[in-house]
Amino acid sequence: MKRTIPLIIASVTGFVLVGTFFIPYTRDWGDEVLEWFNILAAIAFILGGGNLMKLSLQKISYKRPGWGYAAVTIIAFIATLVIGLGKFGVAPVKEYPTYSLAGPYDEQGSGFWWIFEYVYYPLAATMFSLLAFFIASAAFRAFRAKNVEATILLSTAFIVLLGRTYAGVFLTSWLPDDNVLRLDNMTEWIMNNMNTAGMRAITIGIALGIMSTSLKVLLGVDRSYIGTDDG
Amino acid sequence: MRAFLENLDRRWIFLLVLIAVSTPILLKLTFPEAPSKQVRTVFSAIDDLDDGSRVLIALDYDPSSKGELEPMASAFTRQCALKKHKLYFMTLWPQGTPMVNQAIDILKNEFPDYEYGTDYVNLGYQTGGEAVIKKLASDLHGTFNVDANNEILKNIPMTQNLKNVRDMDLIVNVSAGDPGTKQWVLFISTPHNIKTVAGVTGVTAPTLYAYIPRQLSGILGAIKAAAEYEYLLIQNYPELKENPKAKEGLRRMGPQLVAHVLIIVLIIIGNIIFFTGRRQGTSV
Repeated sequence: MKRTIPLIIASVTGFVLVGTFFIPYTRDWGDEVLEWFNILAAIAFILGGGNLMKLSLQKISYKRPGWGYAAVTIIAFIATLVIGLGKFGVAPVKEYPTYSLAGPYDEQGSGFWWIFEYVYYPLAATMFSLLAFFIASAAFRAFRAKNVEATILLSTAFIVLLGRTYAGVFLTSWLPDDNVLRLDNMTEWIMNNMNTAGMRAITIGIALGIMSTSLKVLLGVDRSYIGTDDG
Repeated sequence: MRAFLENLDRRWIFLLVLIAVSTPILLKLTFPEAPSKQVRTVFSAIDDLDDGSRVLIALDYDPSSKGELEPMASAFTRQCALKKHKLYFMTLWPQGTPMVNQAIDILKNEFPDYEYGTDYVNLGYQTGGEAVIKKLASDLHGTFNVDANNEILKNIPMTQNLKNVRDMDLIVNVSAGDPGTKQWVLFISTPHNIKTVAGVTGVTAPTLYAYIPRQLSGILGAIKAAAEYEYLLIQNYPELKENPKAKEGLRRMGPQLVAHVLIIVLIIIGNIIFFTGRRQGTSV
């Protein structure tokens, strides 16, 4: 029962949604299911928050490696939640001048806005920017023309790296604008033709894979998504 | 020398990257851009619309991609405002709300005649990812109901008679991943034949070229395309020439150029070490 009911729910919902795409009469059913999906997605935020707390607290409690980071995660999570839900620093709106909670939680100058602007944004941007340093280091150590394939890859990378900056235009500026040997034109050609052909093949392959996996899930052949009886 | 380079501490490379990126920023180096065909296609998609057309601007990215995508979002917003289009902002990313607010700040500061509710509206964030996109195709009011300020859409002049996203003349999506351009193409532009253009990160761009030109009119890929777009925008609207905020993409191409050249030099040095070592039988 514990496994059969979820299987039936998943199967019926899946087939109904597939049907709504082909049968105009059932199109509204699909919209209805999408409403449920939105509710589930909103509840998933609570589930995600709860899970984050559980795992982080376990890590701290058992003093597992990196438990200090888990403590920082919990402090940051609770502080953001309290400041956001409590609408700290939010100014009252014109319609309700005596109720400070009437203003939007993320308005400029509010506590939540401050956290986003001065904590989250610099941290997220820094994490992404660090990629440049690691890419440079990896390029120096690992990008070797060891064989024909690697040499082709390396040559393509050089063309695209140069073609994606003014250096590409400058180095081949002596060639006519529409000459295919200009680095900027070669870059565009590589992206529009070679890359597109490869990506189309991959996309079609992925789509076929998704179709067969979905069918296995809908027919109950693949039951891995509901976990094992061990819990 | 070879031994030194072979065992080079990576912190030296990090230092070189720091110098390569910071020097053009400090010297305020900018370079001329030659707009590509792809960039011109995206530009025309917005510019060729009749003045006052309805444009949905979906900003599906967060601060980690802001450096690459914000110049595109700003350029799209400025171009639409110059064309007096009616703008509908939204985001499918929880961290995307401030990104939308920053685009709206452009309208407030640079286009004071633009009025909320009649010229632009902020639909805000909606949870659900691709399900939201799918539902927008049939029912806008059922999907959003209220705007970002909790005002009911039925009470806002520019949304009260709007049924769904099919009433839009163009969709502009600036995206850093999922949900993003791929979902807009799969669930809106392809089944409902709505013209869509996008601005995406350099990592995402190669996966989207496959949808051009029938499912997606055009894309701006990475900061290079953003800079080309700004260049084209300034050429067509000279009033932006004196606005330094309209040249953010162009400014960011300086560090990109030097960093790319540095990476190429590092790869070449790495290969010289490799081949010299192989000849001497010390490389693996």
